[in-house]
Amino acid sequence: MEDIQNISRRSFVKVFGLASGGLIIGCQFTSEKESIKIDDGTTFAPNLFVQLKKDGKLILLCARSEMGQGIRTSLTSAIADEMDADWEYVRVEQATGDEKFGNQNTDGSRSVRTILEPMRKLGATTRAILIAAAAKKWQASPSDCTVEMHYVINKNNNKKLFFGDLVEEAMQIEIPEDVQLKDKKDFKYIGKTLKSIDIKEFTHGTATYGLDARLPNMKFAVIARCPSTFGTVKSFDQSDAIKVAGVEAIFEVERVKRPFGMLGGVAVVANNTWAAIQGRNNLEVTWNTGENGKYNSENYTQKLTNRVHTRAKVVPPTKGNVNTAFSKADKIVEATYQLPHLAHAPMETPNALAWVHDGKCEVWAPVQSPQSAREEAAAYLGIDIKDVTINVTFLGGGFGRKSKPDFVVEAVALSKKMKTPVQVVWTREDDIQHGYYHATNAQYLKASLDKNGEVTGWLHRTAFPSINSTFMPGANYAAGWEIGQGMNNNPFEIANTRYENAKAEPFVRIGWLRSVCSIFHSFGINSFIDELASTAEKDPLQFKLNLIGKDRIREEKSPHPLNTTRLKNVMNIAAKKANWGRKLPEGHGLGIAFYYSFFSYVATVVEVSVLHDKVKIHAIWTALDCGLVLNRDNVINQMEGAAVFGMSIALHGKITAKDGAIEQSNFHDYTMTRMHEVPPIDITIVENDEAATGVGEPGVPPIAPAIVNAIFNATGKRYRTLPLSDHGIV
Amino acid sequence: MNTKKIRQLKTLTINGKNHNLEAHKDMPLLWAIRDIIGLTGTKYGCGVSQCGACSILIDGEAVRSCSLPVSYGVGKQITTIEGKTDTLDYLREAWEEINVPQCGYCQSGQLIAATSLLNSNPNPTDQDIDDAMSGNICRCGTYPRIRKAIHKAVKLKNK
Repeated sequence: MEDIQNISRRSFVKVFGLASGGLIIGCQFTSEKESIKIDDGTTFAPNLFVQLKKDGKLILLCARSEMGQGIRTSLTSAIADEMDADWEYVRVEQATGDEKFGNQNTDGSRSVRTILEPMRKLGATTRAILIAAAAKKWQASPSDCTVEMHYVINKNNNKKLFFGDLVEEAMQIEIPEDVQLKDKKDFKYIGKTLKSIDIKEFTHGTATYGLDARLPNMKFAVIARCPSTFGTVKSFDQSDAIKVAGVEAIFEVERVKRPFGMLGGVAVVANNTWAAIQGRNNLEVTWNTGENGKYNSENYTQKLTNRVHTRAKVVPPTKGNVNTAFSKADKIVEATYQLPHLAHAPMETPNALAWVHDGKCEVWAPVQSPQSAREEAAAYLGIDIKDVTINVTFLGGGFGRKSKPDFVVEAVALSKKMKTPVQVVWTREDDIQHGYYHATNAQYLKASLDKNGEVTGWLHRTAFPSINSTFMPGANYAAGWEIGQGMNNNPFEIANTRYENAKAEPFVRIGWLRSVCSIFHSFGINSFIDELASTAEKDPLQFKLNLIGKDRIREEKSPHPLNTTRLKNVMNIAAKKANWGRKLPEGHGLGIAFYYSFFSYVATVVEVSVLHDKVKIHAIWTALDCGLVLNRDNVINQMEGAAVFGMSIALHGKITAKDGAIEQSNFHDYTMTRMHEVPPIDITIVENDEAATGVGEPGVPPIAPAIVNAIFNATGKRYRTLPLSDHGIV
Repeated sequence: MNTKKIRQLKTLTINGKNHNLEAHKDMPLLWAIRDIIGLTGTKYGCGVSQCGACSILIDGEAVRSCSLPVSYGVGKQITTIEGKTDTLDYLREAWEEINVPQCGYCQSGQLIAATSLLNSNPNPTDQDIDDAMSGNICRCGTYPRIRKAIHKAVKLKNK
């Protein structure tokens, strides 16, 4: 939300009256000059965030997508808190995709970090206006007034005025330029626990996800896509498919060569989802498998491994001279780590309902980036984005997959062709086999230890196909921001360091998946330093704390520079909660890992046992420092979920391609952590006055390495590749 | 292969209400319920009985609606997440109190599976819960809360 900093307060907040009897407070995210328009006095212009009704109902707009991270509750609670509003009166409405809301991309664990303060300011401004309105009514001084739970109170005589009764007066009030944000001690909702505002919808099956969107006369469609990425249709025979009851049309759709363009294939449109699937099952398609048809991912990961075993492209910063350090070493440790591709597999598969008519396009879809969806739809149709409306439904999980709206383009294309509303449904097989994959990765690490067991040299090479390759064909090296997810900016104090990146050309669409490159870099680094601790014959916790070194704030261009004190603190907390160093039962082991990602600090200790060659996870302790906590129980829920997500990566997750085709197809062969595998998960949240940072992703990276470190502690056996199911111990 | 000829009129009793529908006899209950009857609380997750998102109760017992044909449901009492039973209501209350859901998508199936569990085992142990609920995937990872909420629902029910 960089653009917000350039906006004066005067233009940041706007206030309007509604003909229907309400007060609206909006904020201007994009342009200082652009004015907010209300079409007819009863309709919101879509860049308004707060609406107060005469009955006291407070409608708050959420402009980020809800995919389980609790954003509809947490962001709006910040507005309500600064207003001293009664949460019982709050309703949340979801914003459509529109640049007026500023950046709506719901990824990068950034929503709270970047727009918490603007949301608070909106609330504080509304509060000030309501106080001014009441003061005017009472002919009192605003300084004599305060707010409690939806009422303005005159401190001199204890008279009260209900928010709803102040709507008309509030419309006449000039917007204050300087508003004070609350002191932490006065928070009503921030830092406390609010249940999801949507909880009853979830427990009654009434929340509308993308797949639940319905329009009169809508059709349902599935698309047969080439097994290898970007392959094309050579020919198809629809004679059996068209006979399927309910199938109405079968036709080819061409690939749209844009990063979020559709893959193309053969579309089967029917009057219900099952008929469309049956139609596709009866379709014969011959494919030109193209360049990517030769992709064999296991050979490819081996190729990347060979590349990290020789000198690669040096990535700054280089410090000292690692070769000199290695030549003087008392001990040298080297290790190679390999990780496979992963798929997001949100429980709700990608899908979109589009209706193209009369030069306009309306979409209902579970998208993390409604503005990208809008741009893609407009580009496909060749119409202005103003003629495209993206209604953001609930997302049945996202994890990064729903940031890439290729599925929206498909629905738009089919609706245009059919001249009816069309919902494109991805089956689970489609989801597993045609996604934007988390990159497979190979890493080589080498370090020198001196006689005291101190690390004197550190060489880290990494190779993985870059997400940039999805946007810029030919991008065969990692982007700086990918390397910067913990690889060339690890938190250690080592005199001699060198970082290298080897070439990795893409054969599938590569995309970001929850925690992104932190997944493999955390695995490599946290596994390796555990190996170093073992070679140095030191306690892993003490060794790692020592490696992080003295208390310092790293000098770097960052709104939240790394603070080693905070990092060591979460490690000490997790270790203490796990009672680190205690005597363990036979076959048990403890492992620790930590990671600083998305500006938050997380450490995790895992207790495992390995008995009869099977690993069992007994307990997980995670400590998190994310600065100011917005919705406490929601943060805990995110950390618990991150532990389970990390367990899936450690135990099960593996996508492979053979002859360009993904070999897995559904939850029987792309398996997820299930309830019986999940141990008690203990979460500790650090209390401090630091700025709020993300919680959606940072909990994931430490989990897998903490598990393998615990297995090493239990058995002395080191697993350097995942998933552990490949090793026969799951 | 199914052709356009073999459509049949059927009656399904869902949440105490009769629904007449024309559907192929092999159409899974899931799609009949979602696309034809229009009750969308029952979710598609995998289509092959792997994830449990599509769970419904038939005569009080959880089944996978993605893998049972519509003909199987004829003449039986079907309860979906939009429905109401005492046990389901206690579970809802517990789910709400413990703030179980994240994205919420799988929770229809989780609640139905938990209802079925409590219907057959009114006081389950952690092990019973794991055994009964491990067929239901939650990608968000709300399992610890689901476990807790099932115990909570038992307490609410016995109060």
